Amino acid sequence: MASGPASAFTGPDAPDLDALRKCVHCGICLPQCPTYHVLGEEMDSPRGRLYLMRAAAEGRIALTETLGQHVDRCLGCRACETACPSGVPFGQLLEATRAQIERHGTPAHRGLLTSFLYRVFPNPARLGTLLGPLRLYQRSGLRRLVRVSGVLRLFPRLAAMEAMLPDLPRGVELPELTGARGTRRGRVGLLTGCVQRHLYPHVNRDTVRLLSVAGYDVVVPRGQGCCGALALHAGRLEEFRGQASALAASLGGEVDWIVTNAAGCGSAMKEYGHWLPDVPAAQALAARTRDVSELLAGAHLPLGRLDATVTYHDACHLAHGQRIRTQPRDLLRRIPGLKLVELMDSDLCCGSAGVYNVLEPGMADALLERKVARILESGASIVASGNPGCLLQIQKGLRARGAAIEVVHPVDLLARALTERA
Amino acid sequence: MALTRKFVDELRAIVGKDGLIVSDEGRLVYECDMHTFYKGLPDAVVLPATSAQVQAIARACRREKIPIVPRGSGTGLIGGAMAARGGVMVGLNRMNAILEVDLPNRCATVQPGLINLWLTNAVRERGWFFAPDPSSQMVSSIGGNVSTNAGGPHCLKYGITTNHVLGLELVTGSGELVQLGGVVADRPGYDLVGAAVGAEGTFGLVTAVTVRMLHAPEAVKTALASFTSMEAAAEAVSAIIAAGMLPAALEMLDSVMIGAINAGVGAGYPEGAAAVLLIELDGPNAEVEAQAVRAAAICRERGALAVRVARDDAERALLWKGRKEAAGAVGRLAPTYLLQDAVVPRSKLPLIMRQMEEIARRHGVLIANVFHAGDGNLHPLICYDDRSAEELARAKLANEELLEAAIALGGSVTGEHGIGLDKAKNLPLQYADADLNFMYRLRGVFDPDRVMNPDKLLPAHPACGEGFRPQRPVVPAGAWV
Ligand code: SF4
Ligand code: SF4
Repeated sequence: MASGPASAFTGPDAPDLDALRKCVHCGICLPQCPTYHVLGEEMDSPRGRLYLMRAAAEGRIALTETLGQHVDRCLGCRACETACPSGVPFGQLLEATRAQIERHGTPAHRGLLTSFLYRVFPNPARLGTLLGPLRLYQRSGLRRLVRVSGVLRLFPRLAAMEAMLPDLPRGVELPELTGARGTRRGRVGLLTGCVQRHLYPHVNRDTVRLLSVAGYDVVVPRGQGCCGALALHAGRLEEFRGQASALAASLGGEVDWIVTNAAGCGSAMKEYGHWLPDVPAAQALAARTRDVSELLAGAHLPLGRLDATVTYHDACHLAHGQRIRTQPRDLLRRIPGLKLVELMDSDLCCGSAGVYNVLEPGMADALLERKVARILESGASIVASGNPGCLLQIQKGLRARGAAIEVVHPVDLLARALTERA
Repeated sequence: MALTRKFVDELRAIVGKDGLIVSDEGRLVYECDMHTFYKGLPDAVVLPATSAQVQAIARACRREKIPIVPRGSGTGLIGGAMAARGGVMVGLNRMNAILEVDLPNRCATVQPGLINLWLTNAVRERGWFFAPDPSSQMVSSIGGNVSTNAGGPHCLKYGITTNHVLGLELVTGSGELVQLGGVVADRPGYDLVGAAVGAEGTFGLVTAVTVRMLHAPEAVKTALASFTSMEAAAEAVSAIIAAGMLPAALEMLDSVMIGAINAGVGAGYPEGAAAVLLIELDGPNAEVEAQAVRAAAICRERGALAVRVARDDAERALLWKGRKEAAGAVGRLAPTYLLQDAVVPRSKLPLIMRQMEEIARRHGVLIANVFHAGDGNLHPLICYDDRSAEELARAKLANEELLEAAIALGGSVTGEHGIGLDKAKNLPLQYADADLNFMYRLRGVFDPDRVMNPDKLLPAHPACGEGFRPQRPVVPAGAWV
């Protein structure tokens, strides 16, 4: 096809046609796709989305509003990538397509809220400033008033956001350097993460403790920014590249590994190589990034008894984004007394997906409902998951059902079982 | 054929706003199934939730003489679920409930959109399974399996879909809702289930299926034998069957396919072998053990490089995952391929393998092979790049020659994928005029106004564009039907 119609994709970072053509339309990915589960429509399946992207690339269709909707509705969970035998890099194609849509004008149905979210979340300082008043709001009893008055029902997206907030903890200051205990295995830098730092600061504290017991010197570089995951998933590539370069500069010190305990961050950081091929520091960072479970899996941890029935939810950006499934489970199983029960459809997205739950509350709620039902069936009293977004989302779902099931990061349980005190 | 606004409103009234797709983008993704070679844009797609809605759709379309194209998961390989003449595509994937599991009577009734594997998943813990296992079973729908009379690796021992369907609820092209067959095995009168299974939506739309459920065998053993040539592997297949064994599955893969599967699925198939035989034995423990020893000995006698038995369920599952996702994994070799489904008498396997190599060489095409060796059902995937018209032409030539070679050896045009748009033109190679004309009239009983899935299954008349062509070439001597 020498002179076919012009592609709807233009400029740099256009989705790679050869990658799109790898899709042989077999449909194996369909049953794994959360949006296909809920909607049962081909355009909201991975195969359908790829078909639309390819049609746009081949100039058969333009970047229409309708195409944008189907692309927006994708959670970016990458379950389709895990399923695909043909090796279609769905995540990268999705992000590149979103960048095209972003470039050709923001879809009308988003607007202010979106840019507000993308400005606040990735900026630890701004997020902190915003959370200050929220803490006040929670403590003052205003929260009950607002909930009771039903004001939020008028603004479903604000409601989605409000319901997500757990009770805010007080911040935790981490030392810049914590020395290794026992046999020294190396030196790691910790990414504290925008959401983790403010909503689950104890997870960072526990991560430091566990890594130190495991034999690592843990450095927590000051002034680290955001990994850029949210911008990347939204197709805001310029913003993403800026954040990624800055992070690579601030975390790039003398360490063997960069550790994250937030699946979304780790997954994005491991993709730096693809998106910033000309930035050596970013390449290096990508190669050295590890999820906390990867490092702990190979270390000795002195663990005491913890009697509990626990189930594990696979965060998409661990299971699909980083292919990490066994390490967190194996770690939990190492805790004496802890009974790990499998969760049905454990790797089906909970609907959190970054800020998706705020942008597409209907779909997010439908997925959350399924997730909560499976958790209740599992009979566990604790559900563990390696991503703060999932923790927030699942907590919200369980609270709405009035279920007394604890939602924690696996690191949290490991730290509770740790017999050696820091 | 654009639909009138009034008709679209009528469809919307039947299935609701969420069940109707008329946007350009929405219709576009429904223009083909897994056979992307044939494309046809439907004028509307409806996603009904109940049999009553399906019936209302069928009646409305019949009244207006608008084509109806049924679709399940869109994994067909014959261009069956594509709107050759536009019209209304009816996606049955939302009707995916298990209506009843009746294990004491060894059956279950399900809606047509239920994914094949989900039925087995629902009863596995109780020790049961649903036998038909097309390679697409993790996504294809039972309604689609019924419509194409799908086979699968295990049909060597267990039979194809039609052997497992007891009853059907069908909305015919005439708009009637009829029950064919039922739970009780011996029903008086015509075996209409037998006629409707494999009808590819030309009789109507299947809205419920009652299927046979089977007890899972006590033991299962899966072994891999690697060979230095396809012929040696093919001879081992014949020897195993000649020794009186009936394995649950006997699958063969060539080196091209092994490479793709290992890359795509990480299944750990032995690299470097020219052919691999996947042998599965099931049944009572003692019998399986004894047969495994014999099958391995036979493979070694035929020059097997190695015979390896899967150590546990996980390894077994991985071997099968590799086999079942083979067609998807070929995407790693080429963006597009033609997938042939011809059958040869099993004894002719070594011969056809030789001919295939020759055909591939002559046309300069890459052919990946994976097939049901036990019943001689070939699945050569002829790779080509669809951006090159010349490559496509060569692939098509190789494809046709292969088919002719298979028929000349006494084979059949299709084993298990069905006929669809792809093979309708080849049917006169295999059936006499009178047979085809009779089938055409039978179709008219279910679908008097010819709205159901036009252009599929039966060859078209060159003049009026439908029905069967009255003159045809002679059936080759000794055709194996
Ligand atoms: S599994 Fe891969 S090749 Fe198959 S339809 Fe999905 S994306 Fe395409
Ligand atoms: S990323 Fe997730 S939601 Fe998006 S198409 Fe793939 S499986 Fe579906």
